[in-house]
Amino acid sequence: MLKRAKALFAVALTALVGASSVGQAAEVSTRQLNMPQGVTEVSQAAYDIHMLMMWVCVVIGAAVFGFMIYVMFAHRKSRGVKPANFHEHVGVELAWTIVPALILIVIAFPATNALLKVYDASEAEMDIKITGYQWKWQYEYLGEDVRFMSSLRTSQDEIYGREEKGEHYLREVDNPLVIPADTKVRFLLTGNDVIHSWWVPDLGVKKDALPGIFTEAWAKTSEVGVYVGECAELCGKDHAFMPIVVEVKPKEEFNAWLAEQKAAAAEYASTIGKAWSMDELMERGEQVYLTNCAGCHGVDGLGIPGVFPPMVGSEVTMGPIEKHIDVLVNGVQGTAMQAFAAQLSEVDIAAVVTYERNAWGNDVGDMAQPIDVLNHKNGQ
Amino acid sequence: MAHGPAKGIGRWLFTTNHKDIGTLYLWFSFAMFLLGGFFAMVIRAELFQPGMQLIRPEFFNQMTTMHGVIMVFGAIMPAFVGLANWMIPLMIGAPDMALPRMNNLSFWILPFAFLTLASTLFMEGGAPNFGWTFYAPLSTKYAPESVNYFIFSMHIMGASSIMGSINIIATIMNMRAPGMTYMKMPLFVWTWLITAFLLVAVMPVLAGAVTMMLMDINFGTSFFDAAGGGDPVLFQHIFWFFGHPEVYIIILPAFGVVSAIIPAFSRKPLFGYASMVYATAAIAFLSFIVWAHHMFTVGMPIAGELYFMYATMLIAVPTGVKVFNWVTTMYKGALTFETPMLFCIAFVILFTFGGFTGLMLSVAAADIQYHDSYFVVAHFHYVMVAGAVFSGTAAVYYWLPKWCGKMYNETMGQVQFWIAFIGFNITFMPQHFLGLAGMPRRYADYGLQFADWNMVSSIGAFMYGAAQLLFLYNVIATIRNGKPVSDNKVWEGAEGLEWEVPTPAPYHTFATPPQIK
Amino acid sequence: MSTVKSHRKVVTKLSLWAVGMFGFALFVMPPLYDLFCEITGIGIRPAERYEAAPVAVDYSREVSVTFAATNNEQMPWAFRPMDSKVVVHPGERYEVKFYAKNLTENDMVGQAIPSLVPFSAGDYFHKTECFCFNNQPLAAGEEVEMALVFVVDPELPSSIKSLVMSYTLFDVTPVAADTVAQLQ
Repeated sequence: MLKRAKALFAVALTALVGASSVGQAAEVSTRQLNMPQGVTEVSQAAYDIHMLMMWVCVVIGAAVFGFMIYVMFAHRKSRGVKPANFHEHVGVELAWTIVPALILIVIAFPATNALLKVYDASEAEMDIKITGYQWKWQYEYLGEDVRFMSSLRTSQDEIYGREEKGEHYLREVDNPLVIPADTKVRFLLTGNDVIHSWWVPDLGVKKDALPGIFTEAWAKTSEVGVYVGECAELCGKDHAFMPIVVEVKPKEEFNAWLAEQKAAAAEYASTIGKAWSMDELMERGEQVYLTNCAGCHGVDGLGIPGVFPPMVGSEVTMGPIEKHIDVLVNGVQGTAMQAFAAQLSEVDIAAVVTYERNAWGNDVGDMAQPIDVLNHKNGQ
Repeated sequence: MAHGPAKGIGRWLFTTNHKDIGTLYLWFSFAMFLLGGFFAMVIRAELFQPGMQLIRPEFFNQMTTMHGVIMVFGAIMPAFVGLANWMIPLMIGAPDMALPRMNNLSFWILPFAFLTLASTLFMEGGAPNFGWTFYAPLSTKYAPESVNYFIFSMHIMGASSIMGSINIIATIMNMRAPGMTYMKMPLFVWTWLITAFLLVAVMPVLAGAVTMMLMDINFGTSFFDAAGGGDPVLFQHIFWFFGHPEVYIIILPAFGVVSAIIPAFSRKPLFGYASMVYATAAIAFLSFIVWAHHMFTVGMPIAGELYFMYATMLIAVPTGVKVFNWVTTMYKGALTFETPMLFCIAFVILFTFGGFTGLMLSVAAADIQYHDSYFVVAHFHYVMVAGAVFSGTAAVYYWLPKWCGKMYNETMGQVQFWIAFIGFNITFMPQHFLGLAGMPRRYADYGLQFADWNMVSSIGAFMYGAAQLLFLYNVIATIRNGKPVSDNKVWEGAEGLEWEVPTPAPYHTFATPPQIK
Repeated sequence: MSTVKSHRKVVTKLSLWAVGMFGFALFVMPPLYDLFCEITGIGIRPAERYEAAPVAVDYSREVSVTFAATNNEQMPWAFRPMDSKVVVHPGERYEVKFYAKNLTENDMVGQAIPSLVPFSAGDYFHKTECFCFNNQPLAAGEEVEMALVFVVDPELPSSIKSLVMSYTLFDVTPVAADTVAQLQ
């Protein structure tokens, strides 16, 4: 019995210690019991004050509960004790008002220092704007002309159990946020629709992304790696399905990556003019649909009756293609259908329109080209 | 004067008797408790494994919202109003509540409020899905149609609470028996007096918040809409200005119950009565000046953050005084461990545990990691369930023999206690780990790293749910064929006027006020 | 009889209190919050024109100001800063432009809501002219360059070396129906 208890204790201890090692996204521990120490000054400060508070509570708790347990054994009626009749004692009562107050005053110092660290976003070397969307994130490197959406990569089939769940289930995105190591990065957060909250435990960042308001947070780490986070503020249906993945790269690698992004953006501009084939559009369209549309309209295009309209045989998907493109570009006023012009590229919109018109037995047969979408955007 | 209750359904519909109304409140709240509990079971069943198995994410959000709203406003609050109706007149030697007809009204509008709320589950677009904290703009611009019904039911429920509170305050202020000075009132009466003042102060604020929502949704104002110069953060300030006192509204009467039961089974007077009263008043006061600690990640200026952190830490002082007083009441008593006492001891331990996590949460720098995670879920279930629900259960077992003149089955009560106690801890202890490891609250699905503890938590939840069915059975069995008791004083160590009236308590008591020495 | 009288007194007082708290929430808390925002620099604040008082320009000091633009949901306009970042001397007047284009086939009205980070710089970033002072109507397909003229106050705390001025563009067409009518 004692052996077993010891073994259990060892497991708990390993879990606690294990939690303090660097959070590689690849290693998924189901045994983590404690707050991660993380890889930034802020996450370390949060961890330290957390542990301090925990030990203070453990000590006080052990004293109070220990005394209670003693009383429950020693002063039972069944042992034939006679109850005492005292019911107040000014000295004792004053003591247990003043002593806790003093403990709190002492704790207030480290608590204040830790908070000052959280708030010190000054002298950042880099600004990244983070916008929360229902239900994905947009990252924009301010002043660099690089921006992209980052959405869940886990398939609907995995979520609904039609396929086995991968190792990174709900911890993977198509485009992770990439930041350089050893650089103070300032995050500027805002929301596009409702309130979201950007939380990456290992970076020690949790900040609300409010529509119309910008808030700031910061991170600086020398630990290269991949860190996973979540949306922490209830933001509607797919609140649980908009994870955050942050890749910290060495500075040179980061610069190379950033240059690549800029080049890709330039190259993309040239692909807009190209004529795409039906097969190309359908293939890309399916991907785009599954990432951006299936959440509401369903993998099978059937939607959710009364909430999200079906795609199969609908007026939009079977009607004139201009109207269909317009719905994607501008959204539908007063409904949950948002404007995708800023979130999806022209190629993606053309692809998904084509896909919706020719999938699930919708055999309209026509297709939209990226240039059509661009022209529509430009009001032609 | 000395006539009994009317016959048939009319007795319940038109009753102005405080005991009847108390009974109605208690049964209503228990029904809501089972309904909210059922929603919790749906949530835990879905979270049993990663992946979506039983329901869809949008329905999951409706379940978390309805669970929260119904438990807070439908189960816990009416349960304590029920206890107040039954016990306050008995404890202060009054023949009835001060305003019996308003009492009837304040109960009977409640079922309509919650019927309206529950009916939204069947509406197109579904029930409210924005969490019990209903932050704008998710609850305004992005809300389902049913939000209007939600607002309507909030208004009615608020009106009911305000009327109930006014009634309680009037009763306590004007109808105490001769000689029953304020500082002689049982602590349950004291805590309710303070709670009632809190309710009158903050329920209108909640009504104001939902009214602003209603106007934003339907009449084109923009209190919370940035496009028109409003601010979504304003909603959170108003909500928590109501919401923080609200959690004390829930817990203060529980303190009162525990302060009645622990002395009874310790056979020793309550230690530090006066400091208990002052501590309660201090907690009530502090509850008004700490609201923004629920918003540490919203982007407040650091000065504000520091202020709310310090003020919140202060709450630990009066709360600590209460815990120390209860423990010292037990010290050198002659303890026995009947079901009510078991629940109260569990209350002291688990509520204190929840208090510790609350103290940790008050530290803003650490709260950036705790906020909106399962750590918070675990924290407030330790204070709400182990606090309010455990003490409510203790109160029912403690006073049930007085109410119906029959003794409950002690073995079954203790079995229920142990299932509830163990089930509760299996449910919520692992949620601390989940939160610290990074699982946010209100998640319909989660990564594989959270799978183990979620499964454990769900198993515990089913256990805890089963304990409530046993509770229901035990209460019904007691009322129908429990062993009759006839002593005025059911419990050896119980003190107070309620134990001086016959058992079961007659329909009318204290027609002539007792003399308090 | 006297108890009935004293009940009435208690009920009246408490009811008035309840009504008062309702009014407090509805009519006092929003302006109080605005005041709080104004003092602390947080939240959404009404854009106010600053009357420039001549101050000495501090050429020894440089502050970088980054501009960001966000479209709120269902706002399909193109909207971006034309200069993404400028380095300024406190006290000097600068003008930058934002570009907006109505990409739809409908006449619309937009409203830009400013937000400055860090909050503590709120009192030191003065807009003498800003497109956010008024809403911006654009006919279908129309484009516009909108000006922001600002001065960074030399009193800006020295710890602050970079500011981010961001605008979120909202569609206010439904509530600004009059302006739309004028376009037609």
